[in-house]
Amino acid sequence: MLFDKFQEMADFQAELAGKHVKPFGAVTEELLTATTGMVQGKQVILAGTNNYLGLSYDQRCIEAAEAALKKWGTGTTGSRLANGSFAEHQALEAEMADFYGVDHAICFSTGYAATMGMTATLAGPGDVILLDGDSHSSIYSGVKLSGAEVIRFKHSDPDDLAKRLRRLGDRTGNTLIIAEGIYSMLGDVAPLQEIAAIKREYGGYLMIDEAHSMGVMGETGRGAAQAAGIEDDVDFFAGTFSKSLGGIGGFCTSRHPELEVIRFCIRAYIFTASSTPSVVASTREALRIIRAEPELRDKLWNNANRLYAGLENLGLTLGPQVSPVVAVQLADRSQAIDCWQALLNAGVYVNMVVPPATPSTNFLLRNSVSAAHTTEQIDQIIGAYAGLLDSGLLNPDQAA
Amino acid sequence: MADYREYLEFMYGALGPLNKKNVELTETTDLVADIGLSSLEVMEFIEKIEDHFDISIPLNILPDVNTIGELAQKVQGLNP
Repeated sequence: MLFDKFQEMADFQAELAGKHVKPFGAVTEELLTATTGMVQGKQVILAGTNNYLGLSYDQRCIEAAEAALKKWGTGTTGSRLANGSFAEHQALEAEMADFYGVDHAICFSTGYAATMGMTATLAGPGDVILLDGDSHSSIYSGVKLSGAEVIRFKHSDPDDLAKRLRRLGDRTGNTLIIAEGIYSMLGDVAPLQEIAAIKREYGGYLMIDEAHSMGVMGETGRGAAQAAGIEDDVDFFAGTFSKSLGGIGGFCTSRHPELEVIRFCIRAYIFTASSTPSVVASTREALRIIRAEPELRDKLWNNANRLYAGLENLGLTLGPQVSPVVAVQLADRSQAIDCWQALLNAGVYVNMVVPPATPSTNFLLRNSVSAAHTTEQIDQIIGAYAGLLDSGLLNPDQAA
Repeated sequence: MADYREYLEFMYGALGPLNKKNVELTETTDLVADIGLSSLEVMEFIEKIEDHFDISIPLNILPDVNTIGELAQKVQGLNP
């Protein structure tokens, strides 16, 4: 039967329904501030949003979107290659290129389209893609479409990457290496200095997905590659407008002039409608704010440090390093479900993530920190986790 | 360069700890349907083969592989 393959998911959904828990697709019934909203009729702290700088609810971004809405209307009704390129899109591409200190940028309708589209297009039959094993789903989708030979290297393992490049011999010139800045599930940062050194030694092209690190890391907010001081080794930066920039859309920037030709070959760019001008306008304003207000990053990291330390002090098993993604590792799915709902009852919304969306066999409660969180809110989140321990739902000894 | 039989023998050994149901391992044993490997265990198994023979096995070949024998043939095909 066509639907047989969905039975496992149906069983899981039935288990959730039986517990009256809805961790996937929980509805925000009302947004009160950048970090608070109404979920299941209850006011909660939003700690599972990726709204790293709180800009989705920044008045300046809202006003920019409103002005564009009145000027350009609600949508473009077409692809960038047809009628869907407005002055706003071109301006954003120029500003993204300038932000990254390169000459070329392409903007996409979503981050997923950006990374899927670029990976599907850059390498083709006869080429090789070497991707980190914990790469985002959009990257796996893209490399599958590419027709290239696809080889995984062990997650954030430079030695394994080097070994695989060595095995390729003279094929490294046709090889695209893909890594991310901050990995979205455990919040770990890729060892980009080591990866860049290996690329220099063996050759190939390097793409870094800065989806969770752009606006978050680096002296001017360009991401993990900037923080690692290896931007000259990066051939393509990819990322999203839906996290630190608080809108929706994606990008690829590059110093290679060939990006302008590649633009005409990316199916995920050609055959989809372009971003609505109001979203592009809010993204442009958010980018301006990121550049003008580096103190937002300081606030974000202060909050990340506070949350990580607070949860660590409770004895919880966390991701390997402090970042705005703070993941609590749990023993099993049942515990994850119960803890997620208990946190919501205590006024804290986080992300519940289960395999195969997580690396290995991890069951996670994934917290994402925002610069817009107050210190009191961070302490309330920590307090909610302490409540899980007090109630016996969570026990440090049983954590993964 | 290893031959088909060498790949096969190594795979039987590497699958030992993962063969929780203690099914008989032959060329026609299905990695998922018979042994019950999870997708994660499949990747761990592949990594063992890669490290032992100092090769990289592209993900592209995996959709066509169900049995131990099919994997050995595919891997041998990578290194003619």
